[in-house]
Amino acid sequence: MSSRQDRAHLVRVAALFGGALILFFVARAVLVPKDFGIYGHYRAGALADARARPIAYAGQAACVECHGDVGDLRKTSSHAHVACESCHGPLATHASGDDATRPGRPNGRTTCMRCHLASLSKPAKFPQIVLKDHADDGPCIACHQPHAPKL
Amino acid sequence: MNESTRREFLFQTGKLLVLSGAASIAWDAVAAGAPADAPNYTMTEHWWAMVIDVEKCIGCGNCVRACKAENNVPLEPYYFRTWVERYVVDPEDIEHPIVDSPNGAYDGFPELTLSNPNVKTFFVPKLCNHCANSPCVQVCPVGATFDSPDGVVLVDKERCLGCRYCVQACPYGCRYIDPRTNTVDKCTLCYHRITKGLLPACVEVCPTAARQLGDLKNPNDPIHAFLRTHKVQVLKPQMATGSKTYYNGLDGSVR
Repeated sequence: MSSRQDRAHLVRVAALFGGALILFFVARAVLVPKDFGIYGHYRAGALADARARPIAYAGQAACVECHGDVGDLRKTSSHAHVACESCHGPLATHASGDDATRPGRPNGRTTCMRCHLASLSKPAKFPQIVLKDHADDGPCIACHQPHAPKL
Repeated sequence: MNESTRREFLFQTGKLLVLSGAASIAWDAVAAGAPADAPNYTMTEHWWAMVIDVEKCIGCGNCVRACKAENNVPLEPYYFRTWVERYVVDPEDIEHPIVDSPNGAYDGFPELTLSNPNVKTFFVPKLCNHCANSPCVQVCPVGATFDSPDGVVLVDKERCLGCRYCVQACPYGCRYIDPRTNTVDKCTLCYHRITKGLLPACVEVCPTAARQLGDLKNPNDPIHAFLRTHKVQVLKPQMATGSKTYYNGLDGSVR
């Protein structure tokens, strides 16, 4: 019933459709990363990217490996659970053996005050200092040993 | 069609189904157990969560400074992966708390001056809640933000377009556009540290242990006992985000 001439337009549309389909799959193969979709709708390599970042804080365990004496001093003090790097700053490069980066010596007043300056917002049982009732303007470490602060 | 052909067809189809199923299961096992750079870390064995004890936070800002140092977060303009808020609440009007967070508490807090002494005031640390059903993951059009198999919401900086859909979708305001790359950035729960057995930087330096990392898949983790014995709450539970940042002692005024 349908002549060859009648079918010709269908062939052209089919060819166009086929071409577009091929183009789509080629573009998809080029644009979608190879490891996309292994775990979910994302690139699996992004997990390795997130892990690859170098660390800045060495962690408490690394500090006391060498500085065990200070670790022992702190063990029974009220600062037992304050990590070294809380006051001394990030020291991963120092811990990995680079002697050029030395731990910062915290300022004996402002570092203390960040935690211990009295404030209504702080939990009532946290030890707080009302400066004008406490001492003169000298550094806190003149009286308190920071690793075992109780006098 | 004769009988033997049909039997043969059913047999072949069944074989194909079983084999392809087995192959996909095998591939999942291979894929999950092979992180290239952390040989002792198996993602499927962990499900990370965070505990924030509001009753212990002293607002010192150690976490904010450590986070910026660890993750190279721009100092200015004032973007944060974690920050601390100070709440001042009239106990009879908890729907209108006064909240401030100067520089995200990077330099601590200035002295509080109260016109009305009859208030309650406390600090609330904030960070990405690492939701199990994250709105930010659902809206990303290119699969650049995702839930990792160990329960951490991460960003693929190579795929991020900077379209900002996720910044708007996050109900907790935990995302920002990094002006240096024009891609989104957020807390990774220090993924580069926890996969090496270290604590996130903010947890490491918190002097009062107001922040605790927990592994919900580890039956020996103290987080289980903590969640069992404390009255904990997640932020905006009505959003059904599946938040894994549990707050102890959270006041009803906190948004």
